[in-house]
Amino acid sequence: MAWEVVIGLETHVQLLTKTKQFSGASTAFGAEPNTQACEVSIALPGVLPVLNKQSVECAIKFGLAIEAEIAPRSVFARKNYFYPDLPKGYQISQYELPVVGKGHLTIQVGNEEKTVRITRAHLEEDAGKSVHGAQEGMSGIDLNRAGTPLLEIVTEPDMRSAAEAVAYAKKLHELVQWIGICDGNMQEGSFRCDVNVSVRPKGSDKLGTRREIKNLNSFKFMQQAIEYETQWQIDTLEDGGKIEQATVLFNPDTGETRAMRSKEEANDYRYFPDPDLLPLEVTEADKTRVKAGMPELPEAMKGRFESNFGLSAYDAATLTASRDVADYFVATVNAGAETKPAANWILGAVSAKLNADEKSIAHSPVSAAQLASLLKRISDNTISNNAAKQVFEAMWAGEGEVDSIIEAKGLKQVSDSGAIEAIIDEVLAANTAMVAEFKSGKEKAFNALVGQCMKASKGKANPAQVNELLKKKLSA
Amino acid sequence: MSLNIQDVQRIAHLARIEISPTEAEATLSKLSGILGLIEQMQAVDTTGIEPMSHSQDVTQRLREDTVTETNRRKDFQAIAPLVEDGLYLVPKVIE
Amino acid sequence: MSQVINNSLKQLGQMLASKQISSVELTQEYLRRIDALNPDINAYITLDKDKTLAQAKAADARIAAGKAEVLTGIPIAQKDIFCAQGWRTTCGSHMLENFIAPYDAYVIKQFDAAGAVNLGKTNMDEFAMGSSNETSYFGGVKNPWDRSRVPGGSSGGSAAAVAARLCAAATGTDTGGSIRQPASLCGFTGLKPTYGLVSRYGMIAFASSLDQAGPMAKSAEDCALMLNIMAGFDEKDSTSVNRPKEDYTRDLNKPLQGLRIGLPKEYFADGLEANVGAVVQAAIEEYKKLGAEIVDISLPNTQLSIPVYYVIAPAEASSNLSRYDGVRYGHRAKEYTDLMDMYCKTRAEGFGAEVKRRILIGTYVLSAGYYDAYYLKAQQIRRLIAQDFTEAFKQCDVIMGPAAPSTAFKIGEKADDPVAMYLQDIYTIAVNLAGLPGMSIPAGFSNGLPVGLQIIGNYFDEARMLNVGHAYQQVTDWHTRMPEGI
Repeated sequence: MAWEVVIGLETHVQLLTKTKQFSGASTAFGAEPNTQACEVSIALPGVLPVLNKQSVECAIKFGLAIEAEIAPRSVFARKNYFYPDLPKGYQISQYELPVVGKGHLTIQVGNEEKTVRITRAHLEEDAGKSVHGAQEGMSGIDLNRAGTPLLEIVTEPDMRSAAEAVAYAKKLHELVQWIGICDGNMQEGSFRCDVNVSVRPKGSDKLGTRREIKNLNSFKFMQQAIEYETQWQIDTLEDGGKIEQATVLFNPDTGETRAMRSKEEANDYRYFPDPDLLPLEVTEADKTRVKAGMPELPEAMKGRFESNFGLSAYDAATLTASRDVADYFVATVNAGAETKPAANWILGAVSAKLNADEKSIAHSPVSAAQLASLLKRISDNTISNNAAKQVFEAMWAGEGEVDSIIEAKGLKQVSDSGAIEAIIDEVLAANTAMVAEFKSGKEKAFNALVGQCMKASKGKANPAQVNELLKKKLSA
Repeated sequence: MSLNIQDVQRIAHLARIEISPTEAEATLSKLSGILGLIEQMQAVDTTGIEPMSHSQDVTQRLREDTVTETNRRKDFQAIAPLVEDGLYLVPKVIE
Repeated sequence: MSQVINNSLKQLGQMLASKQISSVELTQEYLRRIDALNPDINAYITLDKDKTLAQAKAADARIAAGKAEVLTGIPIAQKDIFCAQGWRTTCGSHMLENFIAPYDAYVIKQFDAAGAVNLGKTNMDEFAMGSSNETSYFGGVKNPWDRSRVPGGSSGGSAAAVAARLCAAATGTDTGGSIRQPASLCGFTGLKPTYGLVSRYGMIAFASSLDQAGPMAKSAEDCALMLNIMAGFDEKDSTSVNRPKEDYTRDLNKPLQGLRIGLPKEYFADGLEANVGAVVQAAIEEYKKLGAEIVDISLPNTQLSIPVYYVIAPAEASSNLSRYDGVRYGHRAKEYTDLMDMYCKTRAEGFGAEVKRRILIGTYVLSAGYYDAYYLKAQQIRRLIAQDFTEAFKQCDVIMGPAAPSTAFKIGEKADDPVAMYLQDIYTIAVNLAGLPGMSIPAGFSNGLPVGLQIIGNYFDEARMLNVGHAYQQVTDWHTRMPEGI
């Protein structure tokens, strides 16, 4: 039988705020255990929550970015369950009325574009952490992370392969960084995905029973986990088994998923509106104000690159796939570079070097301004494209600025026609056989002569001029 | 909606309160009395009435995103049942 | 000295200001009385004489420096539901028997800033769940008027302390009547303000959408002075109402001519003890003499307030009390096999029977499949109850009736019958559900036991209610009566 996998994602995005969702405790990563666990974070008797303004702005930004309905009134609810890293015995979340409603995100898989529908996004708070091995048979609880602002983004079950799921996750990862609501640091847990996977016979429109893979914090693991889980479900069904709804964990060492033991009992979260918090109101004025402070979104920027700069759809999409790349491109253009060469260089030489050195563009050794001055020296004929590559390598290695490198390496192009003519005369005199071949109709010989001229000029002659003058001399 | 012993045990487990079989019996009769009182509500037609969570029709105030809390781990852990190296200790958490 | 204990807060303030007495002397007088009477009455759970006297000393210095405020140097009893830094704060529970609060409640901060002296932490029903103070882990409280009877609850310790003059005034909290019913049963003045007027920060939560702190004192005037300290906008409580600060004494002496008093027929129906009803009627006659008009009104959903309350309050409580898990503070079971066992034993040992019952009811009504039938339904009827009041206040300025259906009952009489106990709050609960202010003032006696008159006001109409109470107290002396043997 042919099978189809159906995937939906729930992503927990840690919002870029200085303080927690409901208290003034710091959210800085990496502090000593429980030193950022204030009276609200540890849920002392009598403490109360007050919502962080910044996290609400982040939610509005996200809603605007995915063209979602933003609820004029949303409600915080308590999700009740006992766990040592959950100090109140309930998590404050949004249940029936989330702040962000239906929206969408367009992803690119290969050459195909696909729209993933986003069901909702709601504000909630993170739990603390259990640290194992503190003492035999014991776990240690660190509540520094407890109460950290999260936006949980839920999709419809719209993805049909691990590749699509990863493309969505990557796109979302870029978007939340683009609009400045998340630092995107997956190692520190700022962007975590839960993936719901089910399979069904191809052609069926009924959803199979899903299993949820929890807490994936790398795209590579996500890919592996979904592929393993999909195959496991297909094998189970083909062997006549049944899929039980479950929460599973991915083990990166074995590449396998397994059901969590602690979640075996059915959960009854007893959601109800949190009486300590009032309805959250978002007005049209709030949306307008937040929108004014938002950067141009990738889709809009892509369109502008195509129509204003004449870039191809592919180049425009690649340049706007990440905010840092787009920023670098825009900075290069703003520093005076022509748009097409700038795009070619960034997507070519710069990308290649960054990949080779495993560096991000934000930490590129060649700045946008340096790249722009290099491109200027190409366009004003100071250096050739080939020489430019040498200059780029040297700049990358930290050997200085464009002009000093050209000077030091003697890469300046010779554009003086007298000097070039002298070289051509020398070459023609020394290669009479080739000249004869050319004159007998062998076009190829012309290119060989150009090569000889360039060689004689040590690569410095302006190739266009060599071409032109050589043609003139041979036809004379 | 009458309650039975299994319901009492199930609720007690959800609420993480140990309850012996004898306690469960006694609890069942008291809870049934209270639920009997509550049942009066079912006689009221509440179609179309918006639930009231708060007495005042006001909306949530927002807090500026400024750090106001300092490290008070020492004070807070002085009253904790069991701590080590700044961590609260509990029986092993199994995932 | 015997005179001093029956003085009003204003009189005490004047004595302190004129150096007739020092705060240390006044405080010591109360501490002496507590030493003598508290072992029997059991109004206080925790005393800390060193801390108390240090505050009194500081108050004396402040008075000497000419920086005194109205309550500076006056000894106030604090219900043990308010976290006070460095004080044991138990909420009447074994769960918090050894909990030393590491921070101050808003209310405590306000009294500290005013220079008041914290005399001690008063007894209460466990987590404020009760109407007789019998659910306290620290033992019941005796009603000073008849020590075989209960003082009411949940603020039973504060009530007995005010009635027995073991403090100049006290704080209480009222979720379903916990200030007004004990005020009625112990014969003093108690006010539950509009929800949101007094910050709940640091006040240990029972039912968050209903809990409200208020003053318990000898007179309406004393309550006004106390409320001046307690009320105020607090950024740390999202439900705290941001409105300009008021002086609640400003209207105390306004004439009552033309005041429209609504009498809900449901408050004088079956279930009200005849002699209590007679005392309340007599008080209303007194108001007529003061120029008030009587309007017959109806609050048709009154009977439903009890079932609605016993869904909403336990539901919120079941969630609020989940934090007592033995992990970060409070009781943890000595022996357990694993995490689940630790939770279940800790909570079974730490909570008393009534608290467990309410947690179980609350858990049940919120659980899958029952939410709509119970919790949602209760929230809908809650709106009907609030609308009853909105309608009523179109016809009258204040509503009057009994605060409790009976006088103080015998200790143990209803202890094993939760439903009978819950019916004690029939006249008070609707006010909490609507978020309105309510108060109880002494209106006379029945068989030697105090009877309270309840005054219910519109939202934020505390100044008028205090005016209404004060006017009555200018022409009657019920509020100055003291029990014998104290």
